[in-house]
Amino acid sequence: MFSFCTDPSTLPDWQWMACYLTTASHFALYRSVLVVLLLLALAAPLALGMGFLGALAVRSANRVLKGIGTVYVSMVRGVPDIIFFLFVPFAIDQGVEYARHRVLCPDWDQPVRQGNDFIVCPAAKMPLASDPAWMHDVWGFTLALIAFAVVFGAFAANTLNGAMNAVPKAQLETAEAYGMSQRQTFRRILMPQMWVYALPGLSNLWMILTKATPLLFLLGIQDVVFWARELGGQKTGHYAYTHPDWRVWYFLGVLAFYLTLTWGSQKFFDRLMLRLNRGQATAGGEALRKAAA
Amino acid sequence: MSVDLATCYESFSGLILRSLGRDLGDRVLPRGLEINVCDQVFLIASGLVWNVYFAALALFFGFFLATAVALGKASPSKWLRKPAEWFTFLFRGSPLFVQFFFVYEALVLLPRAGIEIGPITLETQWMTRAWAGALFVLFLNTSAYSAEIFYGALKSIPKGDIEAADAYGLTGWSKFRRVVWPTMLRLAWPSYTNEAIFLLHATTLVFFSAFPAWQQMGDALYYANYFASQTFNPFIAYPLVGFYFILLTLLVIGLFGLVNRRLNRHLPRKARAKFRFKPQYIR
Repeated sequence: MFSFCTDPSTLPDWQWMACYLTTASHFALYRSVLVVLLLLALAAPLALGMGFLGALAVRSANRVLKGIGTVYVSMVRGVPDIIFFLFVPFAIDQGVEYARHRVLCPDWDQPVRQGNDFIVCPAAKMPLASDPAWMHDVWGFTLALIAFAVVFGAFAANTLNGAMNAVPKAQLETAEAYGMSQRQTFRRILMPQMWVYALPGLSNLWMILTKATPLLFLLGIQDVVFWARELGGQKTGHYAYTHPDWRVWYFLGVLAFYLTLTWGSQKFFDRLMLRLNRGQATAGGEALRKAAA
Repeated sequence: MSVDLATCYESFSGLILRSLGRDLGDRVLPRGLEINVCDQVFLIASGLVWNVYFAALALFFGFFLATAVALGKASPSKWLRKPAEWFTFLFRGSPLFVQFFFVYEALVLLPRAGIEIGPITLETQWMTRAWAGALFVLFLNTSAYSAEIFYGALKSIPKGDIEAADAYGLTGWSKFRRVVWPTMLRLAWPSYTNEAIFLLHATTLVFFSAFPAWQQMGDALYYANYFASQTFNPFIAYPLVGFYFILLTLLVIGLFGLVNRRLNRHLPRKARAKFRFKPQYIR
C-alpha cells in the first residue's frame, strides 16, 4: 500500500508493521468486520419480524396456529442454538435444491438420495456450478441469515409475547369499552405501549445476537474468526511477511472488537431506555419524574 | 436403511462408550455407507457424557467463584470492586466462541517441555486438551454470568432481612452464612437455572472451536456433525441431538427445581419464586 513497501525484509520495524497491516489479505480481514456488521443489521430486523409473527401466533385464538407458535417459541429453550445454525442452512440448501430438481428436471429418472449422496440434476444446483464465486458467497450468507432469523426470532417472540402481556389489562378493557374492535385495540393501545416493556429483553437479545456472530465461521463464511486464524498462523519463508504464530494476538484483537461492540450497544440501550421511560407508568418513568421535580 | 436387532446391539456395544476412548469401543467410527440409524442413536448419546462433564464441573466450580466475584462487585473497597467488574465485563462482553480460540492459542504458546519451577517441572501439554482447557474457559465464563446474577440478587435482598440480622447481633461470616447468602441464592435461583441451561447448551461449542477432538473423542454435537457430513443427510443426526438436549434441559430444570424447593421451604407456597419454562432470556 505504501510506496516504501516494495521489499519487506529490509524495512525497519514500524514501517514493516505499517506495510504488514495493509496487505491485501489484511484488507479482507477489515472487510470481514463489515460482513459481521451486515449480518447484525439484517438479522436484527428479520428476527424482530419473525418474533412478531411468533408472538401473534402464540396469542392466536386458532388452536393450530397457537400450537405452532408455542412449539416455535419453546424450541430454543431446549435445543442449543448452534444445532440450528448447523441444521437450518444444511436443510434449506437441500430442500431448495430438491424443489428445483422436481420443477426443473421432471424427466430425471434416478433417485435423489443414492446411498450417502444427494444428487440433483445440474440445472437444479443452487447456485449453479457455472455461477461466479460471489453468487456462492451471497447464497451462503443468505442461508446463515435465515438460520439467525429463525433462532433469534424464537427468542424475540418470547420477549414480545411477554411485553404484550405486560401492558396493563385495564387499558385494553377501556379500549374495548370505548367500542374499539380487537384489531383497533391492538394497533392503537397495545402496540405503542409494549415497546417499553420489551426493550430490556430486546436489548439483551441484541447482545446475545452480537455474541453469536462468530458462529458464522462454522457456516463457512469468511468472518473475523476465519481471517484471524488465517492471518495469525505461522508464516514461513514462502510469504513476503514472515512471522511466528501470532494467532493469540489476532484473537486478542477479535476480543477487543467484540468488547467494543457490546460496550457501545450497552451505552446506546441505556440512553434509549431513558428516552422510552419518559412519561410511562413504570418504575423507570416514575424515577425520571421524581428526579425532575 | 432397515436395521435388525442384532446389528443394533452391535452398534450399542461398540459405540456407547466410544466418546471416552477408542479402547472402549470400535477403534474406527462407522463411515459412509456402513452408517445405520442405531450407530447414530448410540454414538451421539455417548457424546453426551462430555456435555454433562463440562456443564457439571464448570457449574460446580463456577458457583464458588461467582459468589466471590458477586461479593467483590458489591464491596465498598475499590480494590475488590474494580477487578470484579472488569472480570464480568470481559467475559460477558465477548463471545464464548472467541474466548475458546483465544485461550487455546495462548495455551499453545506455553513451552512444550513444561515450565520449570525450581525442582518441579510443570507439565503444559494437558492444558491444551479440551477436557482441561475448554473446561477452564467454561468455568470462567459461567462464573462471570452467574456473578452478575448473584450480584443482582445481592442488591435486592430486602432491607428488613439485613436489619433483622443486625438486631440479632449477627456479624461477619455468620451473618453472611445465615442470612445474606441463603436469601441471595433464593432470589437468584430462577435466573441461575436459566444460566445453567445456557451453559449446558454452550458446551456444544467446545469441539467446534479451537480445541481438537483427540482420537475422535467428542461431544454429542461433534458426532452429529460427523454423521451429517458422512451421510450428507442432516435430517437424522441433528434432530436426534436436539432431542437429547431437550431431555437434558428438562433434567436440569428438574434438579434445579428440587434445590429451589429447598431454598424456599420456609415460605408460604404462594410467595415462592418459581422458575418458568419460558423465562426472560437474560444472559
